[in-house]
Amino acid sequence: MAAETADTPQHPPQDGIAAILKDAGIAALISLALALPLFGFRIVGFGSGRGLALEERWDWVVTAVLAVFAGRIALNLWLRRFRAVLAIGGRVGDGVGDKIGQAVAAAPRLGRILQAAKPAFRIAVAGALLAVALAWPAFPFVDRYLLDLGVIVLTYVMLGWGLNIVVGLAGLLDLGYVAFYAVGAYSYALLALHFDLGFWECLPLAGAFAAFFGIVLGFPVLRLRGDYLAIVTLGFGEIIRIILINWYPVTNGPNGISGIPRPSFFGLPFAADPPEGTVAFHQFFGLEYASTQRIAFLYYVILALALVTNLFTLRIRRLPVGRAWEALREDEIACRSLGINPRNTKLTAFAIGAMFAGFGGSFFATRQGFISPESFSFIESAIILAIVVLGGMGSQLGVVLAAVLLIGVTEFFRELEQFRMLAFGAGMVAIMVWRPRGLLAHRDPTIRLHARGEKA
Amino acid sequence: MTLLSISGVHTFYGRIEALRGVDLEIRPGEIVTLIGANGAGKSTLLMTVCGHPRAAKGSIRFDGGDITRLPTHAIIRRGIAHAPEGRRIFPRMTVLENLQMGATTGAPQQFDDDLARVFVIFPILQQRKDQRGGTLSGGEQQMLAIGRALMARPRLLLLDEPSLGLAPLVVKQIFSVIREINERQSMTVFLVEQNAYHALKLAHRGYVMVNGRITLHGTGAELLANSDVRAAYLEGGQ
Ligand SMILES: Nc1ncnc2c1ncn2[C@@H]1O[C@H](COP(=O)(O)OP(=O)(O)OP(=O)(O)O)[C@@H](O)[C@H]1O
Ligand SMILES: [Mg+2]
Repeated sequence: MAAETADTPQHPPQDGIAAILKDAGIAALISLALALPLFGFRIVGFGSGRGLALEERWDWVVTAVLAVFAGRIALNLWLRRFRAVLAIGGRVGDGVGDKIGQAVAAAPRLGRILQAAKPAFRIAVAGALLAVALAWPAFPFVDRYLLDLGVIVLTYVMLGWGLNIVVGLAGLLDLGYVAFYAVGAYSYALLALHFDLGFWECLPLAGAFAAFFGIVLGFPVLRLRGDYLAIVTLGFGEIIRIILINWYPVTNGPNGISGIPRPSFFGLPFAADPPEGTVAFHQFFGLEYASTQRIAFLYYVILALALVTNLFTLRIRRLPVGRAWEALREDEIACRSLGINPRNTKLTAFAIGAMFAGFGGSFFATRQGFISPESFSFIESAIILAIVVLGGMGSQLGVVLAAVLLIGVTEFFRELEQFRMLAFGAGMVAIMVWRPRGLLAHRDPTIRLHARGEKA
Repeated sequence: MTLLSISGVHTFYGRIEALRGVDLEIRPGEIVTLIGANGAGKSTLLMTVCGHPRAAKGSIRFDGGDITRLPTHAIIRRGIAHAPEGRRIFPRMTVLENLQMGATTGAPQQFDDDLARVFVIFPILQQRKDQRGGTLSGGEQQMLAIGRALMARPRLLLLDEPSLGLAPLVVKQIFSVIREINERQSMTVFLVEQNAYHALKLAHRGYVMVNGRITLHGTGAELLANSDVRAAYLEGGQ
């Protein structure tokens, strides 16, 4: 507590202050070098079509440098356990930092508790989460924005669960997962527009196309391991995106595809005034028209898709092929000597993961009504992978926690505009600091002996 | 009648010739041991039988069929189980899951019987059935590796240095289990060992490998009495 006792012998107070100032000065210099190009200049449009101009933003640079200088001093003081100083700093601060801190610290703590707990407790938590998810659109405080947020989080949960099959269970590091998401989205868009098929007919087709692409990619590259596989899949993701940009006659290039049909409720469209001869959802059920009806329907669609993904994974983990995935991640040579065909086993993991991405992609296309290659850039793969890794590679519940944390927290700080990615980064760093093996690194065994008969 | 016959097998690692024409036979119900110095090519021979690496020349026949060109998983499915060098159990999986992986090629309805059989042979595995493989002791891991191989109901069991890194008492235990499996279930065993004394005492027949070639073979007792074998593999030992 007391400042004097906390000081280490090697750093007498006066010396310490000088060192801290010097350290903070260096940090400020580095941040100056970074801030000048990053914050210092901004390109602005100039009049009507007369060109571009540079706008200088010295105030931003100064703010950034001062913030780093002060922050570095605070950090150093804290490291020397001048907790009192930090407390004052915290009170002076505007509370945003506190808010971030609390939010990101909560999840790791939750992860620790969940991991230490009995399986029954984790099941209870999963059940509670499911109940909340099912009731979400009905909560009085859930407005259109929160409903949309729910859809986004669930989309990432589903994609996380899909990728978890490939990365978490089979141990294949896939950096191009978004490619299959794109294949699913474009399959749906093109099938729906050219062949006049509905969402539910297209869904299995889109999944099949994506799985097919998974096999086509997987066949030549699954002999590679670890880093090499990661690089090749990364390249594949980019290739798909570039094909989408350049294959103008089919994909309409960078302009994307618009006018993608919205899903209907078993044939009943969601529209304020439906075309002649059709009955809209709200008319059929005698409700007032509200745009949230469509969003709520989308919400339940993605919830169902996510749950299907989850149930599928939970089930297949207990089947020979699922067990083989996990064994393959642990020791490929041992698997071979047990009669497992590593290539086919990996291919199934890759194809099934791709299939779920394809489902997710169709959902994305129908939700947006518009898709373009921009939606399928590497950052999407990175976010999904981050959710899987931070969730704890292979843990289904971990994926949910990580998705809620990363997407939720990032959205929570939406007012911060472009800085909200800082919150995303802070969330990742926090998890990695407190839970280096992911939120829930625990792996549940897939088999226990039935209690009847014997007691060991 | 032979169960496994290896004739004129050459195996390469790149340009290194690890096996230089190996001939070897195993008859049903036998325990055959292969001894040799480090790097002689013993593990390579077992792995070549399993098709990984593939033999470059020569032929390997199992139970009358040619398996030289088959992929590994197809060879294993014919009834060969391989407990590779260094145990290679799945560390994050439980003992039970490891045993389940061993039953990959077996029929699901046999699983309970096979499990009970393995638990009779290795009671310790039953006590540890929900423990993660990686947290077992070295001896327990070796028992798990053998148990896992047995779960496939093989007709030929390939064991690569099961005594590696184990205390003498545990080695004795493992060897007596091998004898028991052989006698009670008439399991054919091909045992690669550094521990020449124990291996030759246990085995019906033995082969000595030097630099990728078989230099000697005979019954276990003959080899134990052979002065070359004594000088190279038994002096200063037991
Ligand atoms: N993957 C490989 N690549 C290249 N050379 C290899 C490879 N595996 C084994 N070798 C070489 O082949 C030879 C035989 O190796 P092998 O592992 O079969 O020996 P071993 O008789 O089992 O020895 P030990 O008793 O030490 O296990 C050695 O010279 C080894 O260096
Ligand atoms: Mg060896």
